[in-house]
Amino acid sequence: MTGPDLDGQTEGAEPRPNVVTLAGVSLRYGKTQALRDVTLDIPAGCMVGLIGPDGVGKSSLLSLVAGVHVMQSGKVQVLGGDIASRRHRDLICPRIAYMPQGLGKNLYPTLSVTENVDFFARLFGQDRDERKRRIDDLLRRTGLSPFPDRPAGKLSGGMKQKLGLCCALVHDPDLLILDEPTTGVDPLSRRQFWELIDHIRSDRPAMSVIVATAYMEEAERFDWLVAMDGGRVLATGSPAELLAKTQTKNLDAAFVALLPEEKRQGHETLVIPPRVEADGQDEIAIEAENLTMRFGDFTAVDTVSFRIRKGEIFGFLGSNGCGKTTTMKMLTGLLAATEGTARLFGNPVDPKDMDVRRKVGYMSQAFSLYSELTVRQNLDLHARLFRMEPDRIGPRIEEMLKRFDLTQVVDSLPDALPLGIRQRLSLAVAMIHGPDILILDEPTSGVDPVARDGFWQILADLSRKDNVTIFVSTHFMNEAELCDRISLMHAGKVLVSDTPKAIIEQRQAATLEEAFIAHLEEAIGQTATAAQPQAVVDPAAESEIAEPSATPAGRPPFFDIRRMLAYSQREALELKRDPIRATLAIIGSVILMFVIGYGINLDVDNLTYAVLDRDDTTVSRDYALQIAGSRYFIEKPPIRDYQDLDQRMRSGELSLAIEIPPGFGRDVARGQGPVEIAAWIDGAMPTRAETVRGYVQGIHSAWLTQKTRELKGDAATKGDFNLAIRYRYNPSIESLIAMVPAVIPLLLMMIPAMLTALSVVREKELGSILNFYATPVTRLEFLLGKQFPYIVLAILNYLMLVAFAVFVFRVPLTGSFLALTVAAVLYVLSSTAMGLLISSFIKSQIAAIFATALITLIPAVQYSGMIDPVSSLQGGGALIGQIYPTTYFVTIARGTFSKALDFGDLAGSFLPLLLAVPVLLGLGTILLKKQAS
Amino acid sequence: MRIANIVELGIKELWGLARDPVMLILIVYSFTLQIYTASSAQPESLNNAAIAVVDEDQSPVSSRILTAFYPPYFVTPKLVSQYDMDRRMDAGLDTFVLDIPPDFQRDLLAGRSPTIQLNIDATRMTQAFTGGNYVQSIVSGQVSEFLQGYRGESELPVDLVLRSRFNQELDKGWFGAINEVISAVTMLSIILTGAALIREREHGTIEHLLAMPVTPVEIMLSKIWSMGLVVLVATIVSIVVVVQGVLHVPVQGSLALFLLGAALQLFATTCIGISLAVVAGTMPQFGLLLILILLPLQVLSGGMTPRESMPEIIQNIMLIAPNTHFVILAQAVLFRGAGLSVVWPQLVALLTIGGVLFVFSLQRFRTFLR
Repeated sequence: MTGPDLDGQTEGAEPRPNVVTLAGVSLRYGKTQALRDVTLDIPAGCMVGLIGPDGVGKSSLLSLVAGVHVMQSGKVQVLGGDIASRRHRDLICPRIAYMPQGLGKNLYPTLSVTENVDFFARLFGQDRDERKRRIDDLLRRTGLSPFPDRPAGKLSGGMKQKLGLCCALVHDPDLLILDEPTTGVDPLSRRQFWELIDHIRSDRPAMSVIVATAYMEEAERFDWLVAMDGGRVLATGSPAELLAKTQTKNLDAAFVALLPEEKRQGHETLVIPPRVEADGQDEIAIEAENLTMRFGDFTAVDTVSFRIRKGEIFGFLGSNGCGKTTTMKMLTGLLAATEGTARLFGNPVDPKDMDVRRKVGYMSQAFSLYSELTVRQNLDLHARLFRMEPDRIGPRIEEMLKRFDLTQVVDSLPDALPLGIRQRLSLAVAMIHGPDILILDEPTSGVDPVARDGFWQILADLSRKDNVTIFVSTHFMNEAELCDRISLMHAGKVLVSDTPKAIIEQRQAATLEEAFIAHLEEAIGQTATAAQPQAVVDPAAESEIAEPSATPAGRPPFFDIRRMLAYSQREALELKRDPIRATLAIIGSVILMFVIGYGINLDVDNLTYAVLDRDDTTVSRDYALQIAGSRYFIEKPPIRDYQDLDQRMRSGELSLAIEIPPGFGRDVARGQGPVEIAAWIDGAMPTRAETVRGYVQGIHSAWLTQKTRELKGDAATKGDFNLAIRYRYNPSIESLIAMVPAVIPLLLMMIPAMLTALSVVREKELGSILNFYATPVTRLEFLLGKQFPYIVLAILNYLMLVAFAVFVFRVPLTGSFLALTVAAVLYVLSSTAMGLLISSFIKSQIAAIFATALITLIPAVQYSGMIDPVSSLQGGGALIGQIYPTTYFVTIARGTFSKALDFGDLAGSFLPLLLAVPVLLGLGTILLKKQAS
Repeated sequence: MRIANIVELGIKELWGLARDPVMLILIVYSFTLQIYTASSAQPESLNNAAIAVVDEDQSPVSSRILTAFYPPYFVTPKLVSQYDMDRRMDAGLDTFVLDIPPDFQRDLLAGRSPTIQLNIDATRMTQAFTGGNYVQSIVSGQVSEFLQGYRGESELPVDLVLRSRFNQELDKGWFGAINEVISAVTMLSIILTGAALIREREHGTIEHLLAMPVTPVEIMLSKIWSMGLVVLVATIVSIVVVVQGVLHVPVQGSLALFLLGAALQLFATTCIGISLAVVAGTMPQFGLLLILILLPLQVLSGGMTPRESMPEIIQNIMLIAPNTHFVILAQAVLFRGAGLSVVWPQLVALLTIGGVLFVFSLQRFRTFLR
């Protein structure tokens, strides 16, 4: 490559071909500049490490190389082509494997170990035998064979990462990209992980591996390193070259030496002064006695006991999921212990005791401050919640900002800050109220060495100067060595508890890490071999992966049904594992149909009315009786006067008020006119008023005819003509017959759309969408694959609803069931496609729920002819009604249910449905991005 | 319980919302454009009703009848053949078809009482009733006008003077607008509170809160007041600007009384949101439960079809729903100008429902946090 050498870059002894070259690459997210003009050549066929703290651009660089992130500027060549070219990406995608950052980030927690690997194998188009062979082989090599059926979500951190590796390796990639694969994993699992990688590399020497890591001790075993900081490359070369260049003894020091001057400033080798045993220091701050926590039949913490003296720094080590966090939660009162007691300063921890909480500062594992509040707002909120006096809050915040060096970023939002600074903010928040005890759950996970040293300097000050008791959990051995005492925890039990020095001596180990591993291995040996199998590779199995790649070269096909089905199958499995969702969808829709079918009643009856009879003769009473005789009206006590009338209509008690004038009977008898009867109708609800008007007019004219006949004889009323009214399709004019066929379309729109939209947006929110970015799946395959199970679910739903309509509601299905079913299939295709369309432009689940409710509920209920025919709608509503698929399915449903129609009669409504599916899917496909941006 | 904590946490919620542009856009949309579109789309009682005529007579009377139907109540009638009639009705093209038989005029004048047939598509219930009445009276009017001069006055001189109160024109848009506001109030308040709670748990911040001297009641109340306030402000803006300003719907009664009702309604619906979140646990389940609750609330509360026409059992069940009472209150206050003396039972009902839901969700909330 043409890129100029970076200052001080030392080339390897012999020129190697490059697997990746970057030239002038920059990347920014909003205001944050992640990469600044990076130019770099990465040699092929070796193990390359990207080192540097969090937030320096390692992950960004890897995601660009893997092709999962959109290029902004510069040029990246991967495996001999430009990664910005879609053609090239499609071509090389099957040769790259990408494992994103985060424990089990690319795994599906409800799927079992085998199902996870199987899903990836399917994405790369492997057939059944090949999949089985490869999965068996990989699981054996990684030691996961004993639990092929365990859900990924229930694996320990180390096992999750091994499973992630299986998923990445299932298609024999030429380039393996691992983003911090061992962060948050215990030392033993970490060691096993690297042994595994070494073995795989010895089988396939041509494979290039690029790893990002924050552990410098790991980086020492890599072939070639890239040190990064602030979006720039500081230096490259083999570990030995870097050490030689900086004249340092270890990579930690070398990295610090490579940092620009201003960053190194203030960094000095961290020394924590020994604890001074003074009077009163023997006071016990934290005491745990046989603490036990059980979740169901799983014991997370098993009879843990320890005592921590005031002002001590007490370290807690152990793998993920060994019970550290649970123990800490019990100490803070977040969880009530199943057995045993926890005491703070001699008082038992009581979740209801607010005073205890004020003595404790707690910093939970994930960054859990409010990302929507600025740094100052976060500090201020917590100060107030801890009931500090208002006039003390301001100065205290200033003090904290200064002490934790946050003054520069006081008005920034936490999401925009690097992890190291966020962790300092978390600590500042935990300290704001001046607690006596600090409980810190992995506070430095992912933080760079300089920031970590700074962080520990603060801890040391707090402990030694302010006499604050600190209870801290960590994965870093060099941090553990800084603690006054440490406990090693495994599978809910404390293995050993002593000063770091004593632990090393007792085990006669060289380092704390070795002592720790020795303890772990001993514990595993004790607790039966099945608990944590050895990852040592079975030599007999070694040869298999080395065989030539089965993936065909050349451009992958545009549409591969197997990849689509891989997604369908996985989605169906997830649906199966979450039965509540499927049950809610099916049972819920039947309940809704029941409620709405019975509830929406368009025959207006039971209307209340009262009469103000100012005449009070037989004739006027006869008139009033006529209304009372109608089945639509219910008579209320007579109205006394106008005020009474007004008051009762205002309260809604009366829908209709009739006033008969004085002298009514006399005038009618004399035939003197005109006589006026006044009727007031409550117009607050226009549909109802309209119907009432019709009824009253009908009753009035019937009375007139009858009266005329009485007075003048039959001849006078002999009809001029008759108007015969035929109510077609629904002769008894029952609401149920009109409504039930219209409710089916409504329900088949909302529920499938909601489920489909959430299924995609959920992947975006939880991160597994990366698998879509990093594998050869096309957008259409992805969407169709995700849609398929929901189509099946919706069709089931449809059958249930029709059965319910016919057998429970007794709405006769007079037309073609086949036509209805074909239309229903088309319709659920479009409603699920609608969900996909919504999901393509929305990122959060809340917004997806909201948008789906807004986009489906309202048009389907109001503009699709369920109640008012579309032809009588106006303006925007009419337009929506004309293009919305529900309109046409309502016509088909009513046609087949009530009008005895078949395909031929309904052709005009099938066409729009047929059109809607490709239009919606096409839009969804276009809007969906195949790369992160 | 400390008021200051509730205030502080509530302000935090408001900040969170302020920094979420998508939610803000959706809120603004549902309280402005959404209401405007829904209200202006509402047809007049009978608007552009599709009618066709089979004229087998071709006489002056039949053409007189034909020309009596015109927009906006009806579309200009199409002349169709008897064969077409069935086909067109099957396809849903016509709601009404009048069939005037051959020799209608001759028979009419001869006093042989001929019969005109009116076919109504009864699957379109809303128009079937009102439209049927209209068609009937229009046809009778035309025929009797035609017959005048042939016969003397024989009718009784009794007129029925019909007046609609509170909405003289029976403009459906008025009611549609208010109904839409009520829907938006319900939907937003449930989604905002429920989703805020689930998000807080999914992001682990709730745990953090609980390690501080903050009680579950305070957390719940903070969400209720903050989200309730947002929706209440949106309601005021929407009533004043959109409903009164743009749509020119006259509001009869006291806006303050309506807003008091709205506040109580919000108390109840935000509690529903929290209950749903607590029961659901994950977002997809919350979404489904939401539909399950929202749809009956919208359809059966009396806003879309009159309550008194629903089966007794549904009427009784829906008394549990806050919306039912709020719809009654809104109609009474906004259209009929009713005062506190009339609507106090609804206010009490809303308060009671809200209170019960609050206690329920608080109890579930404590277990939800475990």
